Amino acid sequence: MNKTVNQKAWFLVLPVLILVAFSAVIPLMTVVNYSVQDSFGNNQFFWAGLEWFEQMLHDDRMWNALQRQLMFSGIILAIEVPLGVYVALNMPKSGFWASFCLVVMSLPLLIPWNVVGTIWQVFGRVDIGLLGYTLDKLGIDYNYTQDSFDAWVTIIAMDVWHWTSLVALLAYAGLKSIPDAYYQAAKIDQASRWAVFRYIELPKMMGVLMIAILLRFMDSFMIYTEPFVVTGGGPGNATTLLSIDLVKMALGQFDLGPAAAFSIMYFLVILAISWVFYTVMTNLDKKGG
Amino acid sequence: MDWMAWTQPTAIFFIVIAALLITFTVLALKFPETPRIGVLRIETTRGDRLFITLLGSAFINLAWLGLVGPDTQPWAMAVCLVYAAAVFRWV
Repeated sequence: MNKTVNQKAWFLVLPVLILVAFSAVIPLMTVVNYSVQDSFGNNQFFWAGLEWFEQMLHDDRMWNALQRQLMFSGIILAIEVPLGVYVALNMPKSGFWASFCLVVMSLPLLIPWNVVGTIWQVFGRVDIGLLGYTLDKLGIDYNYTQDSFDAWVTIIAMDVWHWTSLVALLAYAGLKSIPDAYYQAAKIDQASRWAVFRYIELPKMMGVLMIAILLRFMDSFMIYTEPFVVTGGGPGNATTLLSIDLVKMALGQFDLGPAAAFSIMYFLVILAISWVFYTVMTNLDKKGG
Repeated sequence: MDWMAWTQPTAIFFIVIAALLITFTVLALKFPETPRIGVLRIETTRGDRLFITLLGSAFINLAWLGLVGPDTQPWAMAVCLVYAAAVFRWV
């Protein structure tokens, strides 16, 4: 690593920078400006200083939403990653069924978020939905509009249904890249199935799994549409995740100042996680190649 | 520009950030450098260290505001300066 880095190539991204300035940087600056002022509409603003930030930092509402958000992301990762790897391990490696599985698995990924939400909203209804109706007939008390636990089960099942295939497809790609020689060597050594997984497949999948975990974390951390369509954040505030709460505050209550302060803190958390994401990925790349 | 609801403090805030970015761009062009590995065990350049400093400073300021209160907020900036020095020295 003795080569100096030539940073001049960065000038080539100037056109993108100008586009991003209009689509992201200027709106973000406006949010920062809002966060230190109070407005009653009509484009009139009054200086509020750090008041909104202080208020939000001491507000249980934001911390509770953050707690729910972390719980949601944690649960879906704990289910989707092992399940995705398990599915990938059991997928056919070649032939018609391999392609068939790939197509079927990518179907949920192609469905827009609001449609997924609508599907599950209907699916879970006790009166007309297949899932809700069946559970009800089986004597299981299930109602996602009134019971917080049921609401949580529904949005988690929905996310698992929607995104496990992404983890599975990435893990499958990782598995496919392992040369046959590794398996042959393991066979000669009479390695058990577990040993093959632990010492050959898992290390070789690590890179793509890392991408899968971080992608799913980021995506679930920003999730809005699906839980909003299914539960609307309810019952009560049981499934009000960060972005749902933010929209309620900014558009529902028109509390622009507090909402701006909230969104800046939300943005900082996402920025910090993205940085870790980027750093871990580039470091893995360097180790791997 | 009216719709952006500018205030003097936020304008100064963004001017300082823009000035930092421009300074570091010029530095990177005039004095190209080798990335180094610091206490975080990751390769960093000056620009990376600036990013870590700015992001960390935001969290330091928020933590100070939440835990100590707004009256002594300038002291949070002092902590940030110490943090910045540490990042540029050891990360």
